Amino acid sequence: MTANSLTIAEARDALRKGDLTATDLTMACLTAIDAAEGLNAFVHKTPEIALDQARAADARLQAGAAPDLCGIPLGIKDLFATRGVPTQAASNILKGFKPEYESTVTSKLFEAGSVMLGKLNMDEFAMGSSNESSCYGNAVNPWRAAGSNALLTPGGSSGGSAAAVAADLCLGATGTDTGGSIRQPAAFTGITGIKPTYGRVSRWGIVAFASSLDQAGPMAKTVRDAAILLQAMAGHDPKDSTSADIPVPDFEAALTGDIKGKVIGIPREYRMDGMPAEIEALWQQGIAMMRDAGAEIRDISLPHTKYALPAYYVIAPAEASSNLARYDGVRYGHRAKLGQGDGITELYEKTRAEGFGKEVQRRVMIGTYVLSAGFYDAYYNRARRVRALIKRDFETVFAEGVDAILTPATPSAAFGLGEMANATPVEMYLNDVFTVTVNLAGLPGISVPVGLDGKGLPLGLQLIGKPWDEAGLLNHAYVLERAAGFVAKAEKWW
Amino acid sequence: MSIDTDTARKVAKLARIRVEEADLPALADQLSGILTFMEQLNEVDVSGIEPMVSVTPMRLKRRADVVTEGGIQDQVLKNAPEAREGFFAVPKVVE
Repeated sequence: MTANSLTIAEARDALRKGDLTATDLTMACLTAIDAAEGLNAFVHKTPEIALDQARAADARLQAGAAPDLCGIPLGIKDLFATRGVPTQAASNILKGFKPEYESTVTSKLFEAGSVMLGKLNMDEFAMGSSNESSCYGNAVNPWRAAGSNALLTPGGSSGGSAAAVAADLCLGATGTDTGGSIRQPAAFTGITGIKPTYGRVSRWGIVAFASSLDQAGPMAKTVRDAAILLQAMAGHDPKDSTSADIPVPDFEAALTGDIKGKVIGIPREYRMDGMPAEIEALWQQGIAMMRDAGAEIRDISLPHTKYALPAYYVIAPAEASSNLARYDGVRYGHRAKLGQGDGITELYEKTRAEGFGKEVQRRVMIGTYVLSAGFYDAYYNRARRVRALIKRDFETVFAEGVDAILTPATPSAAFGLGEMANATPVEMYLNDVFTVTVNLAGLPGISVPVGLDGKGLPLGLQLIGKPWDEAGLLNHAYVLERAAGFVAKAEKWW
Repeated sequence: MSIDTDTARKVAKLARIRVEEADLPALADQLSGILTFMEQLNEVDVSGIEPMVSVTPMRLKRRADVVTEGGIQDQVLKNAPEAREGFFAVPKVVE
């Protein structure tokens, strides 16, 4: 075993004891990254920055009292602005963009002593569920079905983050989740990913997709590692007016493994028509695990679940069309070459046609349409009303004593790259069916690997928590993780 | 609600994205498919429900109306495709 396959908790302890140096750990990751070109997970490598940070971390560790993340090598999703390092949101429209500033999340991670190995692949502007809309080409899932060489999607949009963590290229990674973009790829690659409560983590310096839904969170090998990472990422930020000014509890200390007497809700509306038997079986296993741990299992109803996806696909594109208006070829990024007589309108139109990929163009146009005069009420306002009802569904069950909700994370295991090429946009959107409600309601949600399907591919379950109760949610996830005992790793082929 | 080629052209124009005339019918089809999916929302009784505005019930913080990070013109212009004399440069806007 090489150092890059350690968990964050294991590496932290080894670094503090002096059994390992941050420099050696970082070198092990850089070597693994160079040997994993086939996964296309890292799209901008930053070995010089990594080694500088590792040396500084070693000095800090020697001085004693170093933070938990001191010397821990991480991958950073390409959506986070990193000073002087390409930040493209996997889009050609931001080609060449090197921010003059650092996102709040990465600033906090660096202050805690962590090491940046590079930027990670993703769907363009985080719009996608398979990583296939990336301007860098898709990342690849380290997992393959038994007896098959076919390449699978790592999921999306945080597909590079998921692939990198699952393949031990880094010890943990940042992700962002607007409709499931942390939890779905985590489930597809057999890792853990948590989307915190809206407002728990600052959005400042993260390329915006849909501002009322976007939330950053960690992707990690274990629940404990997710807790350690979230601790460093969370907290109030004056630069993000929607970040909550409330104390951040000690997430790792919350992992007691005791959920006796807690009430776990099982929403009947998540039993979808045509759901694969393996997903249903996995869900039942998870229910049994929670019951065996002493929790009370309760059937609940979230009656507006069915309308979450259509509401999401009004609200998210509407916000995206507004956020992405800034890409105009004037202040940063790509600018189209203009023809004779072209003016400012042609500059905008040609720049955006060349710079945005097809899915991003579609969503910007859908958003433009639902916000346009005459349709604003019929689509956008109606979707926001339905969103209020979806949020109320959750508030009702939490008020009735439910502590957490257990559901499948995804409607299937990882699918083949290119398999959805002829699917309609709506068919691709169905990937988010179990995750998108959580974003609409602003709740925390976590995906935990629980088992393998008949082809040997990982499957995950999702736990949904009460607002601001990431601590309780992580503890529930910890119980599920220990009961499931998921230790399988992708067999190395890359 | 289905979107025809004229509407697709208009939406593309509003979104400031150039779409070639030949690509408009396919775009109209895709947009129509998405809008049809959204129409499920018409089944929901939303009478008396206010559109959701903020995700968490909290008052947005206000800050003092002062310059926080000023005097960084070079940094602001650093990533501009074209900058001149301290300004972003664009094609002629006014004749």
